[in-house]
Amino acid sequence: MSGRLSFYRFSSPAAFYPLAGTIGKVSALIAVVLLAIGLYMSFFVAPTDYKQGEGYRIIFIHVPSAWMSMFIYLVMAFWAGIGLVFNTRLSSMMAQALAPTGAIMTFIALWTGAFWGKPMWGAWWVWDARLTSELILFFLYIGFIALQGSIDDTRRADRAGAVLLLVGVVNIPIIYFSVKWWNTLHQGATVSVTEGSSMSTIMLQAMLIMTFAFWAYSVAVAMYRVRSIILEREKDTRWVSELPEVRR
Amino acid sequence: MKGGISEFFAMGGYALYVWGSFGATALLMIAEPLLVRQRRKAALQRISRLVRIKSEQQS
Repeated sequence: MSGRLSFYRFSSPAAFYPLAGTIGKVSALIAVVLLAIGLYMSFFVAPTDYKQGEGYRIIFIHVPSAWMSMFIYLVMAFWAGIGLVFNTRLSSMMAQALAPTGAIMTFIALWTGAFWGKPMWGAWWVWDARLTSELILFFLYIGFIALQGSIDDTRRADRAGAVLLLVGVVNIPIIYFSVKWWNTLHQGATVSVTEGSSMSTIMLQAMLIMTFAFWAYSVAVAMYRVRSIILEREKDTRWVSELPEVRR
Repeated sequence: MKGGISEFFAMGGYALYVWGSFGATALLMIAEPLLVRQRRKAALQRISRLVRIKSEQQS
């Protein structure tokens, strides 16, 4: 019985609040270190591309942010689903905490994609299958944030947000497979879990390090933000009023 | 090294695109944590005000 109990202990905001702080600090440190290494490799270690010269270096933030934009959405949908089914408020808070970071990652993917597309394809934007589905992902994030912000009762806001997220999950495989199904303009998958990658190892290593850096960054920001959400939602509780950081 | 630095920033002629990408990303990934920190400060201030009001009502 105690094993199960300890797992649920962290579903209470009061128990999770300090834990989120520790995870936040550790992942922030990891993010800074990996970003430094990743950036150094992106500019000084990874060789010049035979075709795109130095311009291809945008890949070192375009791909990690694109991956994160999809991954964060799936994590949000997972937590929203848990919150909907088990009615655990903390899960819904986690989904809410991830939303702005997911939106920023999607924006970065779209922005760096456009800045890479202009010199290589000759256009800032094309209504290509992947670009369009990624843009829809961006609207889903913004829609979720706006929806949550527009409903005062947090419980109803969490439920409405969860439904929106779960409906929008279908967009993620569409983004991922869009390059294969519609084959419009965006490049096919260069890196795949099954067949490895056709990239030079150095370039791939730099990109993977940047991906872990972006992942650690997202975890850190989400953990710090979920602490603020907990403070906001639990502001009338005794445990919050007794927090050392609350000045009397 | 002098040639190296300006040559480095030229990015083989792709300067606008590479630094436009990395610059915007850096801006966002610095601004977001600052906004989160500000949100925390605001939450804490609101709570300490609530605590003060409650203690005044009791006394």
